[in-house]
Amino acid sequence: MAILIDEETKLVVQGLTGREGSFHAMRNRDYGTNLVAGVTPGKGGSDVQGVPVFDTVAEAVQETGANTSMVFVPARFAADAVMESYDAGVDVIVAITENIPAMDMARTVPYIRNSDRDVTLIGPNCPGLISPGKANVGIIPGEICSQGPVGLVSRSGTLTYQIIHELTQRGIGQSTCVGIGGDPIPGSDFIDILSKFEQDPETEVVVFVGEIGGDAEERAAAWADDNMSKPIVSYIAGFTAPPGKRMGHAGAIISGSKGTAQAKAEALEAVGIKVGRNPTEVAELVVDVRKAS
Amino acid sequence: MDLFEYQGKELLRKFEVPVPEGRVAETPEDAAEAAKGLGGKVVVKAQVQVGGRGKAGGIKLANSPEEAQQVANDILGMDIKGHVVKRVLVERAGDIKAEYYFSFLLDRSARKFLGMMSAKGGVDIEEVAETDPDAIARVHIDPLAGISDFHARRLVFGSRIDEAARKEAIAMIPKLYRAFVELDASLVEINPMVLTGEGRVMALDAKVSLDDSAAFRHPNFDDLKAAHDIPEQERFAKERGLNFIKLEGDVGIIGNGAGLVMSTLDVVKAAGGDPANFLDVGGGAGAELLASAIEVITSNPEVKSVLVNIFGGITRCDLVAEGILSALEKLDVKVPIVVRLDGTNAEQGRKMLADAPHPMLMSAETMLGAAEKAVELAHGGGR
Repeated sequence: MAILIDEETKLVVQGLTGREGSFHAMRNRDYGTNLVAGVTPGKGGSDVQGVPVFDTVAEAVQETGANTSMVFVPARFAADAVMESYDAGVDVIVAITENIPAMDMARTVPYIRNSDRDVTLIGPNCPGLISPGKANVGIIPGEICSQGPVGLVSRSGTLTYQIIHELTQRGIGQSTCVGIGGDPIPGSDFIDILSKFEQDPETEVVVFVGEIGGDAEERAAAWADDNMSKPIVSYIAGFTAPPGKRMGHAGAIISGSKGTAQAKAEALEAVGIKVGRNPTEVAELVVDVRKAS
Repeated sequence: MDLFEYQGKELLRKFEVPVPEGRVAETPEDAAEAAKGLGGKVVVKAQVQVGGRGKAGGIKLANSPEEAQQVANDILGMDIKGHVVKRVLVERAGDIKAEYYFSFLLDRSARKFLGMMSAKGGVDIEEVAETDPDAIARVHIDPLAGISDFHARRLVFGSRIDEAARKEAIAMIPKLYRAFVELDASLVEINPMVLTGEGRVMALDAKVSLDDSAAFRHPNFDDLKAAHDIPEQERFAKERGLNFIKLEGDVGIIGNGAGLVMSTLDVVKAAGGDPANFLDVGGGAGAELLASAIEVITSNPEVKSVLVNIFGGITRCDLVAEGILSALEKLDVKVPIVVRLDGTNAEQGRKMLADAPHPMLMSAETMLGAAEKAVELAHGGGR
């Protein structure tokens, strides 16, 4: 088992004919992901390295049975692409695109979340997700991952790679690693992913990587206290970030006195979640938790 | 982008939000001319993006054009908390009966827009939220459904503003909402919104922040941006596509990915150092970008050492090494650079650095080791 993506995943890539889109889609296919289709309006009927391209996601789904989509289209068209995927009936939408206007996501995220269908949007502005040994949808380097009991959820990309790398170096594999992205309104938040890990039999420990901005970490801490039986180890980035500055990610900003790393770490520790001081310590804490259980 | 008050008001005026009549002036003479046009009695307001300008002497009344010239002369060039005043807004002065607070912003937790209004205006709203939370009326608006009149009524009646101000405030709120949404704003804050002696309700101040990601659908975005002074180092970085924020310390930081760079700053701090900057080269950075990053960092005379922390995903460590070597060749680098490479093509990159020894270049195995080394070097040791 794993969460969201596995051997059953049939992937359609929106923006497959673009440079970035084809590069990463092919890497995902090389990893073993079942890449079934691409979508580029006006290029239907062509193919990219044997992968059929359709004009619309609806057609791609109808013809190939795709159940997961990855969005690699430019920011100004990305929210539309996400909604198109939703309307075409896929179950998981992974939006890699960065710099989508906040107003677009303010409408797109509730459009998906408020529906009565069970559809998961991961991202935008994210590295995607990987279930090691099963499927990789996004840009996480597959070679640093290994299969195992740790479920990982993070707002960051490379920081996540660093932690995965430290875990793998210590012989600890992962069930699924999910990058939920660095935007102010992500399609899925920590709680959504934590609840999936709680239900996933393969996941034994959860690593949770947050950063400054908003209160998603605080809310997740409170939720986990009531709802998680599995141990959690966490990390928060941005203790040295000054207020009012956007630290790379659109969502990584301390507004007034709200959203500091300190407040987040305290909220996590208050419910008994260990917070590593650096990525290396996070991996060491996971080792300790594994020994203790 | 945070707009200047005068820019925010110009935009709000297009949405028919009542704002005081006013003009921008860059010289005392212009200010006098503006005051003449406005009929004499005016307020001269420093245009800076920092709170507390009133207390700092950046807002003054003038009873005549001559006085306006004098006052503008005092305010222009003034340094308010590190912000030098280059422009003043000259506005017609009027009687103020009451001051309120109003804002629209994006509530991240609720995934909705949030409208806030309070009868306690003209003061720091975070302070009001702490000391008297009931004084703030809050209403969530579903971004898909948009605003309805009852939202405005709930804010106005809920905040218990003066009866005389209700009708105009209720009419003004949907206009502010339209401005918030159509401008792609992340914040529209009116503090204070005022009730004048003539019974009018107006936006006396305006804080408008626009979403940079939506710039492509706002043709005036670049013009608005042009009024902002960007420090030379930041401009250089931005032109090259680097995400750079200057900080106060002496350890220069280069990394790939916002989270990893934030984490690198924290690790440097924990090792007893002070980061000089945040610099994210982004995903898939090539040699040229890395060389530019080193150029940006080392142009800061405060920097005593540089830490390059790369975890290659899309970014290839061999290209990172190439960029570092070309920077060392091209620039006269006088501070030590500690490099830590992991991930895609890391071994290749490390070998390239090892094969090209340079007195200012050193490698480290781990992120923590690299941070410790960089801090030690910044403090003058470890060489």
